[in-house]
Amino acid sequence: MLIKKRTGIEIPSSEITPKSIYLSRRQFMRGAAAAAAGGVLVACGAPGAEPGAEGETSTMATGSSAEEGFVQEAMPGPVSSNFDELGDPLNTFEEITNYNNYYEFTTDKERVATLAKDFPTAPWQVEVGGLVNKPKTFGLEDLMTFEQEERIYRLRCVEAWSMVIPWVGFPLSKLLNEVEPTSAAKFVRFETIEDRENMPGITRSLFAWPYVEGLRLDEAMHNLTILSTGLYGEPLLPQNGAPIRLVVPWKYGFKSIKSIVKIELVDTMPQSLWMKAAPNEYGFFANVNPNVDHPRWSQATERRIGEFGRRETVLLNGYADQVASLYDDLTYDTTQSG
Amino acid sequence: MKESEHMSVISGRETAVSTPTKRSDRKKTAKLLTWVTHLGAWVPLAVLIGEYFTNNLGIDPVREILFHTGTTALVLLVLSLAVTPANIALGWKQVIPLRRPLGLYAFMYVCLHLLTFVWLDYALNLAFIIDGIVEQPFVLVGTAAFLLLIPLAITSTKGWQKRLGKRWKTLHKLSYLIIILALIHFVWLVKNVYIEPGIYVGIVALLFLARWNPVKQKLLRWQRQVRAKLKNS
Repeated sequence: MLIKKRTGIEIPSSEITPKSIYLSRRQFMRGAAAAAAGGVLVACGAPGAEPGAEGETSTMATGSSAEEGFVQEAMPGPVSSNFDELGDPLNTFEEITNYNNYYEFTTDKERVATLAKDFPTAPWQVEVGGLVNKPKTFGLEDLMTFEQEERIYRLRCVEAWSMVIPWVGFPLSKLLNEVEPTSAAKFVRFETIEDRENMPGITRSLFAWPYVEGLRLDEAMHNLTILSTGLYGEPLLPQNGAPIRLVVPWKYGFKSIKSIVKIELVDTMPQSLWMKAAPNEYGFFANVNPNVDHPRWSQATERRIGEFGRRETVLLNGYADQVASLYDDLTYDTTQSG
Repeated sequence: MKESEHMSVISGRETAVSTPTKRSDRKKTAKLLTWVTHLGAWVPLAVLIGEYFTNNLGIDPVREILFHTGTTALVLLVLSLAVTPANIALGWKQVIPLRRPLGLYAFMYVCLHLLTFVWLDYALNLAFIIDGIVEQPFVLVGTAAFLLLIPLAITSTKGWQKRLGKRWKTLHKLSYLIIILALIHFVWLVKNVYIEPGIYVGIVALLFLARWNPVKQKLLRWQRQVRAKLKNS
């Protein structure tokens, strides 16, 4: 039987399956026989969550340049848990780093990693300005001085697939507090680098580059909203938005903009790249909502990468307790603008 | 099949008087083409099975299998639709018998596509499947194309062709509607980058155009001229 259902039951850490087993979706795919074998492995496998447990060390190679050394140093180390708070296992490093929507490189999710391999992410600067008292340009080394913490979040793509990712980063609010938004600031506008030389997908003029996203100021200040610099205790790889990206776990993945070079506090709602590309399909809020379908496909269910079958999508991606108070009901709508 | 139709298109216009060797050559070509079609149609499935056993289906195998079976079905449908134009424009009568296997193999891949959808993707969860069909226009259109293919597959035999007579031809004109639904299915499911489905739409548009009488007559005339020239030189 290829179908495996996972329960949301909390599992004591003593019974956590070693990550090396989860790393291998291959075993998972081999069905019942492999599942049985996996059960044996649980008993005799050594616990531990080091990335590279499955000989993935080569793919995990991070830049060895001096500039990137401090990024590595700031990382909090191996993952603290192999599960999210609902008891669902993390996706593997291989899955997370080889299945990416990053149209600046290619629209083919499984080719982004290769095309982004040599993308230069150092030196890097993030210009933070607009309606703030203390505009500042942060070098990557400045950003790494914020305490880096692990956040295990579900990522729900608007294409109806999802993953559980152990991000490393810091709350966006910490950075915003440093620049002091003025009382006129209502929204935050983010911009991805537009590096035509190193991003082969940009040459095709399918979209209004650079990639732009936005949040309402209260969303941006929410503790769940982070700027991520790493995952699985390692600095981000280019395909995941290195060196720094946004992660907003209760919104569809496209809101979590990658490789940010500019953050601007503004008083009007920013027009995102997707809003411009298809205004009837991608809204500003884009909150995960199983009850509001994309005009062309259902958002009621999702496929967790690594699993067969589907799960029901949860309102606000399971973070309703923390973020529902930010909204009145209407703004859950993907395409609702206000 | 519409052999009779195509024979009438060509009849009387063939300039060459077939010699016995030419006829046997043609038979050989026809046989070879049939073999190529049958073998070729199994290759995508063999590749898929190979990828499964060598763990090369990628990070999201379900999506890959869906895409692979869907694309193969579409290509085979387009090829079956290219049979008539190939005959009109190039005078390749030998390809006409390929239309039936091409159509049937397309149906086979559509079945595999659908099986992947209900089983691997939706794990036979009826409530999810119903939502997946009803709430997703591209799936609705794809399902319609599948349903319309069923009577065509059933009546693809010589026996049914005889039994239905003239109505058989009318019934099998559904294939035009099916390819249009298949293209809509493809266009609607992609996320705002329409290059790949656009290529298929373009090819199908050309194949439709070749059936339009003014174009068809021009192609036939052109074909005869080229053949005459080749013969004289």
